[in-house]
Amino acid sequence: MNQDKIRAEKYLNASTRQLIWWRYKKHLLAMAGLFCIAGLYVVTIFCEFLAPYDKATFHVDAIYAPPSSIRIFDQDGKIRRPFVYACTLEIDTETQQMCYVEDTDERFPIRLFVRGDTYEFWGLWESDLHLFGVDAPGHVFLLGTDRMGRDMFSRCLYGTRISLSIGMVGVFLSLVLGLTLGGISGYMGGWPDGLIQRIVEVIRCFPSIPLWMGLSAAMPPHWPALKVYFAITIILSLVGWTDLARMVRGKLFALREEEFVLAARFAGAGHARIIFRHLLPSFMSHIIVTVTLAIPGMILAETALSFLGIGLRPPITSLGVLLKEAQNVTTIALYPWLLIPVFFVILIVLSFNFVGDGLRDAVDPYSR
Amino acid sequence: MVPTLEVQNLRVHFMLDEGVVRAVDGVTFSVRDGKTLGIVGESGSGKSVIGQSILRIVPPPGRIVEGKILLRMENEDGTKGRLDLAQLDPNSRQARSIRGRDVAMIFQEPMNSFSPLHTVGNQIIEALRLHSDVSKNEARNRAIEMLGKVGIPRPEHRIEAYPHQLSGGMRQRAMIAMALVCNPRVLIADEPTTALDVTIQAQIVELLKQLQEEFGMAILFISHNLGVVAEISHDVLVVYFGRVMEQAPVDVLFREPLHPYTRALLKSVPGIDTPVRSKLATIDGTIPEPSELIPGCPFFGRCDQCGGDSVCQDTPYVLTKVAENHSVACPLVCVAG
Amino acid sequence: MSEAQVLLEVKDLKKHFPIHRGVFKKVVGHVKAVDGVSFRLRAGETLGLVGESGCGKTTVGRMIMGAYRPTSGNVWFQPPNGQPRIDLADIRPKQMKPLRRHIQMVFQDPFASLNPRMTVRQILAEPLVVNKVAKGRELEARVRELVELVGLKLIHLNRYPHAFSGGQRQRISIARAMALYPCVIVADEPTSALDVSVQAQIVNLSLEIQDKIGVAYLFISHDLGLVRHFSKKIVLMYVGRVVEYAPAEPLFARPRHPYTEALMSNVPSTRPEMVGHKIILEGDPADPINPPSGCPFHPRCLYAEEMCATVEPPLMEVEPEHLVACHFADVLNLTGCDALGCAV
Repeated sequence: MNQDKIRAEKYLNASTRQLIWWRYKKHLLAMAGLFCIAGLYVVTIFCEFLAPYDKATFHVDAIYAPPSSIRIFDQDGKIRRPFVYACTLEIDTETQQMCYVEDTDERFPIRLFVRGDTYEFWGLWESDLHLFGVDAPGHVFLLGTDRMGRDMFSRCLYGTRISLSIGMVGVFLSLVLGLTLGGISGYMGGWPDGLIQRIVEVIRCFPSIPLWMGLSAAMPPHWPALKVYFAITIILSLVGWTDLARMVRGKLFALREEEFVLAARFAGAGHARIIFRHLLPSFMSHIIVTVTLAIPGMILAETALSFLGIGLRPPITSLGVLLKEAQNVTTIALYPWLLIPVFFVILIVLSFNFVGDGLRDAVDPYSR
Repeated sequence: MVPTLEVQNLRVHFMLDEGVVRAVDGVTFSVRDGKTLGIVGESGSGKSVIGQSILRIVPPPGRIVEGKILLRMENEDGTKGRLDLAQLDPNSRQARSIRGRDVAMIFQEPMNSFSPLHTVGNQIIEALRLHSDVSKNEARNRAIEMLGKVGIPRPEHRIEAYPHQLSGGMRQRAMIAMALVCNPRVLIADEPTTALDVTIQAQIVELLKQLQEEFGMAILFISHNLGVVAEISHDVLVVYFGRVMEQAPVDVLFREPLHPYTRALLKSVPGIDTPVRSKLATIDGTIPEPSELIPGCPFFGRCDQCGGDSVCQDTPYVLTKVAENHSVACPLVCVAG
Repeated sequence: MSEAQVLLEVKDLKKHFPIHRGVFKKVVGHVKAVDGVSFRLRAGETLGLVGESGCGKTTVGRMIMGAYRPTSGNVWFQPPNGQPRIDLADIRPKQMKPLRRHIQMVFQDPFASLNPRMTVRQILAEPLVVNKVAKGRELEARVRELVELVGLKLIHLNRYPHAFSGGQRQRISIARAMALYPCVIVADEPTSALDVSVQAQIVNLSLEIQDKIGVAYLFISHDLGLVRHFSKKIVLMYVGRVVEYAPAEPLFARPRHPYTEALMSNVPSTRPEMVGHKIILEGDPADPINPPSGCPFHPRCLYAEEMCATVEPPLMEVEPEHLVACHFADVLNLTGCDALGCAV
C-alpha cells in the first residue's frame, strides 16, 4: 500500500522527460535497438583498437580467405583456449580454384591485448595495441578477407564508423536546414510559407538517385577523399531536409493555435520566449523521432551511392564502399563473405527504426 | 411481463498495468418496451462502458467478467425467449446480427459513426439491407421515410448528402434514423446531446420521445446532464465509480433523492431557487483512483452526510430497496430508513 | 449609488473572416462571425455573454484579448491607473504589451491551456517574469500566494499539469490569470469541460476571488443557468449580433426577445413536471456566412411577421438598460423564467 503511494507520488511529480522514458522502457524492441546503437557507436569510437588489423593492411598469403574457424577442441579432442589453425593456400587442380587448407599441426591461440598494426588513435597518440589477435605468422579473419587479403571484420568496423558518422552529420545538416526553413514557414505563415513549401515540393519531385548522381558527378574527381566525404554529406542533407521542414511546419501550425501558447501571448510573452519556452520544447521530442528515423535513410542513401561508385571512394571505407566489392555475381558465388557488410547495414537501419518507433509511441506521454 | 432488456450484476473489468480497473462493478437494471432508463454519472463513472457492454463493443483490455445481459427475443417459430448477450462472442455472426437489428446505439459525435466517403442515404440503406431482406428500392424508400420521420426536411434530397454537408443537429437526426431503421427494440443513446446547443438539444430530446411513442423501443439514455435525463427518462440510475448509487422513477429521484451523492449532484447545479451569487454546494475531493478496490461505499470521504462514520466505510456495498422501484446504496439511509 | 467605472466598452465590434478559394486565394465571401456587438463592462461586475456555438461569443473574447484584429468597431479600455482610455481595436502590438497585464483570460479546455512541459511553479511565474513584476524571493512569495488563492497546496508547485484533474487544472489556469492582478478576466466557457460537482467548485472560487479582489469578469458561456447565477448583466448573441442586452433580473423575469424566451425554455430542467412548457425552435442557427435578411432569427421565430424578413431590427432600449433587437419587443408578452419554471 505504502509502496503504491510512493509510486503514485513519483508519477505525480514526474516531468515530461521522465514520463517519456518510462514509457519508452516498456517497448522491448526499442530498448534492444537502443542498446545496439549504443554498442555500434562504441565500436565506431574505438574501432582502431577493436579491429585486429588496420583497414588497409593486406595479406598476400590470404587473398579471399574464408572466415577463420575458431576452435576450442584440438585434433585430439582436448579442450584448449580458443585458437585457429594455420592455413595454407592450395589451388584445386581440377577447378583451378583457390582454397585454404587448415594445417592442424600449427595452432595459434587467440590472445587479448596483442600488439599488431600501428595506428594513430583519433590522431592523438600512436599505439599498436589491439583487443585481440594471434601471433604472427598466423591470421585470424573473423569474416574472411577480400581480394587484397584485407580483413573484412576490421574493414566492417571502419566502414560502420564512416556510415554512422555520415548519417549523423548528414542529419545534423538537414536538421539545421529543416528547422530554420520549416520554422520560418510555420511561424510566419503567409508568403514565406508559400515560397518555402513550393521549394520543398520541387525538391521532392526530383527522382532522388539521378539527383544524387548529378550532384556527385559535379564533384571534381581530383578532390581528396575527405572533401568528397563532406560533399556527399551535404548532397544527402540538401535532399533530406524537406521531410523535416514539413514536420516542423506542421507541428508549428498546430502548436501556434494551442491554448497554452495563446495564454503565454496573452500574458505578454515575446516571440523569443514563446518559441524557446513553449514551442521548441513541445516539439523537440517529435524532432528527435524524425531525426532518428531519418538517419537510416541517410545511411542507406550513402550505401547506395557508394555501391554505384558515385559516392565515397576508396581509401575511405564505408559499408557501401565495401559492398562495391560484391557487385559481381561470380565474386559473391565464390566468396559469399564479401556480402557481410549488408548485415551491418541491416543491423544499423533496423536499430534506428526500432528506436524511432519506440520514441514515437513514447513521445506523447499524455495520450492514454 | 418480461423486460426488453435486463442486466444482472454486470461486471466489466479492464486489466491494465496499474491494476484491475472495475469500470462496471455489479450493475443491475432492466428496461421495458416504450420506457426510457436514464443513466447519469460524472466522467469516470463507467456509464458509457455499460452501454458498450450491452452491444459487446467494450474496447480491449476490457472484459465482461460476470453478469448477465438478457435481451428478450422473439424466435422465428413465435416462441419467446431470452438471450444472454454476455455469453456471446463479440465477433460472432450472432452478435453482429443483434447489433443494429435488435440493439442500436447513437453516440455523442455522429461524425464518427458515419463514413465520410458515402452518402448518408447509402449508409442507412446498407444498414437496413444488412439486417433484413429487402430490395434496393424498398430500402431506399424506407430510408427516405425514416429521414423524414426524424425531421430532416426534404429527405428525398438529403438522402444524397454526405455527412459533412449536414449541420450538427441534422447529423444527429440522421444517425438516429440509421439507428432506428431496422426497428430495434433497444436504443442505447450515449451522450447524444452533449455536443449540441440547447435549442438543438431540446429538439433531439423531443424527437426521441416522439419516436419512442411511435416505435415503442426501450431507450437507455446515458448522460452526465441531470436536466436532460430528467426530461427524457422514466426511470433513472445514478452511477458512481462503476456502481449504482440510487435507482428510482424520475419524479421520485428528482423530488426526493435519498442518496447523499444524488443530492449533492442536484444541489451543485444552480437552479431557480438558488440565490444569485450564493455559494453552490460542491462535492469535495475527487473520484477514487480507478484501480482502487473499495468494498464499502465508494462515495465515502466525499460525502457530507456520513461525517466519516465508519459504518459507511465498513458496510459492504449493497443496493437496498427502500420503496417500490426505489433502491439506494447508502448504509446511512438504509439503516435509518 | 454611483455606478462603478466602465473598464471596457465594446462598440459596434465586427469581425468578418474572409473565405478564400482556389489557387489564387480569391476571397469568395466572409464569415460574419461578429457583426456589430456593443456592451459595457464595469469594474468589479460580471457580464455574461451568452449564445449558441457559432454565435461569435468566443471571437468577441479573443478580439478583446487582441488575438484577432477587429474588422471595424472599438474596444475602449480604461487602464486602472487613471490614464485616458485606449482603443484596443486600433493599437500596435507594442502598445498592447503593457496593457496585457490588466486583461487576462481563462480558457475552456483545461487540458490544452497549460503547457505540459512546465511545472505549476513555472506556469504561474511566467506572467510575473515576462512582465518583470517580481523575481527571486518576491516571485516565489507571489506564486505561493496565488496557489493559496485558488485553493491548491504548496506541494503542487513542483508538479506538472498531467498530475492534476480537470478541476485542479482550471484552478491553475485561474491562478495564472490572476497572477498580475488584472482588472478584467475574460473567461471563455471555463466550466463547460468539467463535471457538475467540479463546476460548482470553480464557480464558487471565481465568485470568491471577485469578492476578495474586485476583478471584473466577461463570462462567456452557453449555460444560461450558470450565467444567471454569476452575472449582473447579460448579453445574448445570435449569429454575430446582440439580440438582447439587459440586467439579469428583468431579463429572466420578462425576456423581450423571442430567442431569449426559447433559449430559457430549452434549458433542461430537473423538474420533470415542468416538461410541457418547452418552446421547440425549428431548424438550425443561421449560417454566419450567409445570414438571413432582416432579423437573423426570423426563420426560426414563432412570432415572425412579414417585416422581420426584410427590415433588420435595431437594438432599442425598451426599458432603462434593457436593450432588445426585435420589432415587436413592446408588443410581445413573452414568458420569463419564473412562469416557465425552468431550471435557470
